[in-house]
Amino acid sequence: MTATTRRDAAPGRPAVRRGAAPARSRMDMFGPLSHIALVIWTILVVAPIIYTFLGSFKTNTELFGGHSLALPEHFHWDAWGRAWDRSHIGRYMFNTVLIVGISTFFTMLLGSMAAYVLSRYEFIGRRWIYLLFVSGLSIPPFLALSSLYKVVQNLGLLGTHTGVVLVYVAYSLPFTVFFLAAFFRTLPDTVAEAAMIDGSSHTRTFFQIMMPMAKPGLVSITIFNVIGQWNQYLLPIVLLPGDQQDKWLITQGIANISTSAGYEADWSALFAALSMAIIPVLIVYIIFQRQIQTGLTAGAVK
Amino acid sequence: MRISRPVLRKYGFIAAFLIVPLALYIVFFVSPNLQAFQLALTNSRGISPDFAYVGFDNFRTLFADDVFWAAVRHHLLILLVLPIVTIAIALFFSFLINLGGGTKRGQLSGVLGSGFYKVVFFFPQVLAVAIVGVLFQAILRPDKDGILNSALGLVGIDPVGWLINPNLALWTLVGVAIWQGVGFYVVLFSAGMASVPKEVFEAASIDGAGRFTLFFRITLPLVWNTVQVGWVYLGIAAFDLFALVQTLSVDRGGPDDSTTVLPLEIWRTAFTYYKFGYSSAMGVALVFMVLTFAALTLRVTRRERIEY
Repeated sequence: MTATTRRDAAPGRPAVRRGAAPARSRMDMFGPLSHIALVIWTILVVAPIIYTFLGSFKTNTELFGGHSLALPEHFHWDAWGRAWDRSHIGRYMFNTVLIVGISTFFTMLLGSMAAYVLSRYEFIGRRWIYLLFVSGLSIPPFLALSSLYKVVQNLGLLGTHTGVVLVYVAYSLPFTVFFLAAFFRTLPDTVAEAAMIDGSSHTRTFFQIMMPMAKPGLVSITIFNVIGQWNQYLLPIVLLPGDQQDKWLITQGIANISTSAGYEADWSALFAALSMAIIPVLIVYIIFQRQIQTGLTAGAVK
Repeated sequence: MRISRPVLRKYGFIAAFLIVPLALYIVFFVSPNLQAFQLALTNSRGISPDFAYVGFDNFRTLFADDVFWAAVRHHLLILLVLPIVTIAIALFFSFLINLGGGTKRGQLSGVLGSGFYKVVFFFPQVLAVAIVGVLFQAILRPDKDGILNSALGLVGIDPVGWLINPNLALWTLVGVAIWQGVGFYVVLFSAGMASVPKEVFEAASIDGAGRFTLFFRITLPLVWNTVQVGWVYLGIAAFDLFALVQTLSVDRGGPDDSTTVLPLEIWRTAFTYYKFGYSSAMGVALVFMVLTFAALTLRVTRRERIEY
């Protein structure tokens, strides 16, 4: 490595003088090569998605007739209609939006309440309760698969959306509490104290003063939870079994189309269904990409 | 002892705020996890209320089970490859994106279009793993019409059985996991690099440091903490891979168990064969593996933090 270092260090850019250097001084091969690497990865990421989208307009002959890279001959929307009617994508999408919306709302409400109390009040057992929440971060969800099924079944909540929401909230709490407690701790005491002196109740101080101050943290974790719950696959297939198909969520629905079919399958309808699942996410991602990137990496940068 | 009104009010407030989240968490998270340890010692089958304690029988069966050891071996292989390859690719790209553009008006900058690359690379991360799995079924078809094989066919390479060749299938799945994961770590490492003052890189650059020196001697040590975080995340991911294996592999974990992982066996044992006791025993084994990994990582990677 030292040899490469020395070779690379010498030519190219002798001591750059501020202001005097030309705008782009790169005569070495590194620049073009690095661009090629970036472009190749871009293609690797984009190609499968574009192929899926185009595949939804193709006939089976076009898909499997030896020219699978070619563009579709005609842009028929038939497959989209079939996917919509037969595979109930609309239904699953609606269920998912509903479930994720409700459970994210309660995750944020309950999570910030617990985090607030645990981070800013002194009381007996505070440390234990905090540790109880945070220890959940290190437990893989697969440990409790059978016992969770039993618990939900015993409460009569198996195959219900209520059950899914309650489990989503419980499973999202460890990270939400962990992150928001750290966030609440960084907020200054003075504002809350002033409000209390002015006669504001604890509850009012929380909702009207602390919550607005914690907005950046709340936004990040809301995004984190929305994406996490939207992408959840394990919990739905356990909690919403096969005889409850009208209650299924999008990930379940998509996975089922592909397995219930075989090689004789209607691939273009599968591609259409996949496109329907991907496009809304893509649009939301493009609009909120900055917030999404901060939200998802929030836990790590801390 | 008289308790003053404000104190009473304070404790009332604390209790009111904690009771619902705590109750929900205990009922749906803590208690199932504790029950799993108990269930692991029984021969419980499905939701049937009759079961008996069988001591460590489940574990004895487990340790004699070839599929279990196959899954453990797969986790170790994935643990070896997935973090290293993902981190290497992500570090390379985030270096290019943030510092690879050479100097502009005396300032180090990323390559042209760096914002665009970050947006594109990250996108697979917001797609559900289950959807990625289904997406790649068509891409990785073993015949010449699979999209990857078609592309390779253009340069004269014969169709590859990405998912049906038992020696290749696991690596294909790891490849898909890398495809999805790299963008996240590019953004993560970029944030790490952005938090280092630019002067550090510029000083090095003025002193004549080339890109390799800049990367290995300056950038890597400064973002080492972030790399560790990435390592832990990817290590934990190496013990998961459930959704990908379940949706993408042949026969769920096949061919011939060549891609199976513990989470898949836990799920299958519980919900295809309804052996809840045995499945929970596998869950306990998985937890021990994950916690061992976490403890080892924390010990091994602890290093002096660089102040700047």
